[in-house]
Amino acid sequence: MKNILTSTIAIVAVLVAFTSCNNSGKSNNSGALSSNNAEKVYVAPGEHDSHYAFISGGYSGNLTVYGLPSGRMFKEIPVFSQFPTNGYGYSEETKPMLETSYGFVPWDDSHHPDISQTKGELDGRWIFINGNNTPRIARISLTTFETEEIIEVPNSAGNHSSSFITENTEYVVAGTRFSVPVPQKDMSIKDYKGNFKGALSFISVDPEHGHMDIKFQVLMPGFNYDLSHPGRGKSHGWFFFTTYNTEEANTLLEVNASQNDKDFIAAINWKKIEEYVNNGGGTMMPANYAHNVYDEATHTATSTMKKEVRVVNPSEVPGAVYLLPTPKSPHGCDVDPSGEYIVGNGKLSANLTVHSFTKMLDAIENKKFAGDAYGIPILNFEDVLAGSVEQPGLGPLHTEFDGKGNAYTTFFISSEVVKWKLGTWEVIDRKPTYYSVGHLTIPGGNSAKPFGKYMFAMNKITKDRYLPTGPEMEHSAQLYDISGDKMELLLDFPTHGEPHYAAAIPAEIIKNNSKKIYRLAENEHPRKATNDAEVKIVRDGKNVHVYMTMIRSHFSPDNIEGVKVGDKVFFHVTNLEQDFDVPHGFAMIGANNAELLIGPGQTRTLTWEPKQVGVWPFYCTDFCSALHQEMQGYVRVSPASSNIELSWSLGDD
Amino acid sequence: MKKASIIMIIGSLLLLGLFKFPLWNIMLGAPQYPDPLGMNIYINGIQGVSEFDLQNIDGLNHYIGMKTIPKPDEMWEFSVFPKVILAMVILGVTIGSLGVFKKISYKFFLGWFILMSILGVLGMYDFNSWLIDYGSNLDPHAIIKVTNPDGTPMSYKPPLFGFQKLLNFDVTSLPHTGGYLMFVGMSLTLVAFWLGRKASLKKI
Repeated sequence: MKNILTSTIAIVAVLVAFTSCNNSGKSNNSGALSSNNAEKVYVAPGEHDSHYAFISGGYSGNLTVYGLPSGRMFKEIPVFSQFPTNGYGYSEETKPMLETSYGFVPWDDSHHPDISQTKGELDGRWIFINGNNTPRIARISLTTFETEEIIEVPNSAGNHSSSFITENTEYVVAGTRFSVPVPQKDMSIKDYKGNFKGALSFISVDPEHGHMDIKFQVLMPGFNYDLSHPGRGKSHGWFFFTTYNTEEANTLLEVNASQNDKDFIAAINWKKIEEYVNNGGGTMMPANYAHNVYDEATHTATSTMKKEVRVVNPSEVPGAVYLLPTPKSPHGCDVDPSGEYIVGNGKLSANLTVHSFTKMLDAIENKKFAGDAYGIPILNFEDVLAGSVEQPGLGPLHTEFDGKGNAYTTFFISSEVVKWKLGTWEVIDRKPTYYSVGHLTIPGGNSAKPFGKYMFAMNKITKDRYLPTGPEMEHSAQLYDISGDKMELLLDFPTHGEPHYAAAIPAEIIKNNSKKIYRLAENEHPRKATNDAEVKIVRDGKNVHVYMTMIRSHFSPDNIEGVKVGDKVFFHVTNLEQDFDVPHGFAMIGANNAELLIGPGQTRTLTWEPKQVGVWPFYCTDFCSALHQEMQGYVRVSPASSNIELSWSLGDD
Repeated sequence: MKKASIIMIIGSLLLLGLFKFPLWNIMLGAPQYPDPLGMNIYINGIQGVSEFDLQNIDGLNHYIGMKTIPKPDEMWEFSVFPKVILAMVILGVTIGSLGVFKKISYKFFLGWFILMSILGVLGMYDFNSWLIDYGSNLDPHAIIKVTNPDGTPMSYKPPLFGFQKLLNFDVTSLPHTGGYLMFVGMSLTLVAFWLGRKASLKKI
């Protein structure tokens, strides 16, 4: 019996040995391949990545900057969320950036970054991103990598079908996901149908400064406007929005908004509406929304409340808006680089539907309408259909293009990216993702000129890809080489927040424009101190303004007396350095906000309300020199009744 | 002789390059300065190679107690040197012109060269003693004090010519465009002398 057992074990062992031999043979093969892939993503120490990727932080409210192909994260740019790392949204200069008609909103859900374009090509001047929750659009400078402007979008809710830009950055669009009463009012939710409106906002962008202004809002029927894309090339002048809940249901949308076999892609001829508006069309409507602008010269943001917005009823501009039936709850709405094909990814449909812009124009010209919705003509599905990709996968979401006639679509349910050919609609390749992929990005894949070397997919679930970090892990992105016929998975890398969508661009377009310092000579902050002679402390009632400088490795002044309990102390701190990548930090014990991280040549203000008598230290938080630890100072806080005069010193005993 | 005199004039005029281009250049590279800091030494002052280099060099030097890099009005050299150079150019052109009209012997060309060489050596000597003072006359309250193996305080004097390692910095000190133009100009005056001599020997 024992022998039998032994021999059985021996046989099993042999089998295992053979099997594992086989396995190891296989893994050797893939090992050779993956070492080849490792070389493709290896960026040697000191060398630069070839591309920047700007990946939205989703519910972090921010935007993160990565390098491709290495997948290394370089920076998190604070946009809609307070950011303790550098005091954005805490410092007096940056707090106005987060003002809204709802007051100070220090968080948002940032979704779709889009890089500015000229003639349909990425020009690398700015990147725009939407705040989904409290509808906002932000513009970020790609020279300073700082948020320069945020405009709130009134009459909107769930600013999801944005922030996509037209081919010369004429407009950045902000479509509402949720329709709401316009203007808002107290009414029964049951009366949604026919009473709610979906505002599609066209925000003009000043070609020189990038400053944004809501030019007009199209008040559409009360559907949900999910995603959008501008036309380009031949379809320049049009904007396309996917819709769902064309049923106009108001409860249990999972079921009730999935009844119609077809929803719509709304095609908006914005040039026509622009012309109508320029001729005085539309009506000014009372509104209340914040416009926050950061001035690089004063290093300070200001927030202004705007009081009206121009709205346009689409039925008043004949020929400007049409509805293209599109199978079942389409999500992504993607236009190919030529501007001919509009891909509507019906996320509950088995097939992928592609509309033809030319056919759409023909149908419009021949007035082949299937009916209308609230006065907006509906075209026939067959009349506008360019073709469909048959059963490519489950749950199509988003499509990008490589500029070589191929499209790449993500499939959420079947967790894969499928490559297919425009025009023939045949599937060329498919590769799994890990797991539940949302958006994908090809550098320039959202423009007329894609740089079709890399593609990366952004996934919602990460389990088993990295070392576990408790029940929650960061999401992941996966980088594929798409230069050949078949896609090749090169790299997994973690992303911060929810990597919702991304924009990517060859590094050489922007890296040489990146600012290295802020010039002290150009600092126009009203409370700057650009040399030690300008250092002072001024009492204004209970407010004490400290004009302070910092340089390796001291603050000037470093001893401050005469501050009293109940005062409000404003530290206006200027970094005198004029050296690349040498910020200094400023932190005050007991401050109820954050630190400041101040770039070379910049001025920032931290507010501190001393609550206890004593002598309290402040210090530099950013290890700046061999004497960083010595970069410190004290504030003496006296009782409220004290009559100690303000005084300050540095270096004299 | 005419050819020699013209070369003499050209040679002296090349000194004018010193009014436009730096005489000397000192570069300071270190691991944390992948783009090295640098100063260009002109006959009328010192400038950073990049806009903020001087400020950043001063910022670093304060740790070891060095004085800040002098402004033009803080050193007599920067007002005297331009005058000397200008005088030498005028003198050289005058000698050359007189040579053209055969009013003067080619030996004056050599005289000019010797005078210029003496002035040059004096200038280098002055420059070197300034470097010594700059690098070793340190603030007694300096934060960082480094001593040589024999216990004497380390000098941070940059090399007059060539390369030297100073703590974490690689320091390279070499002539710059103005300096090279001056050397070429001076060499031309020697050539002028040689041609002039050849011409006068032929005549005999």
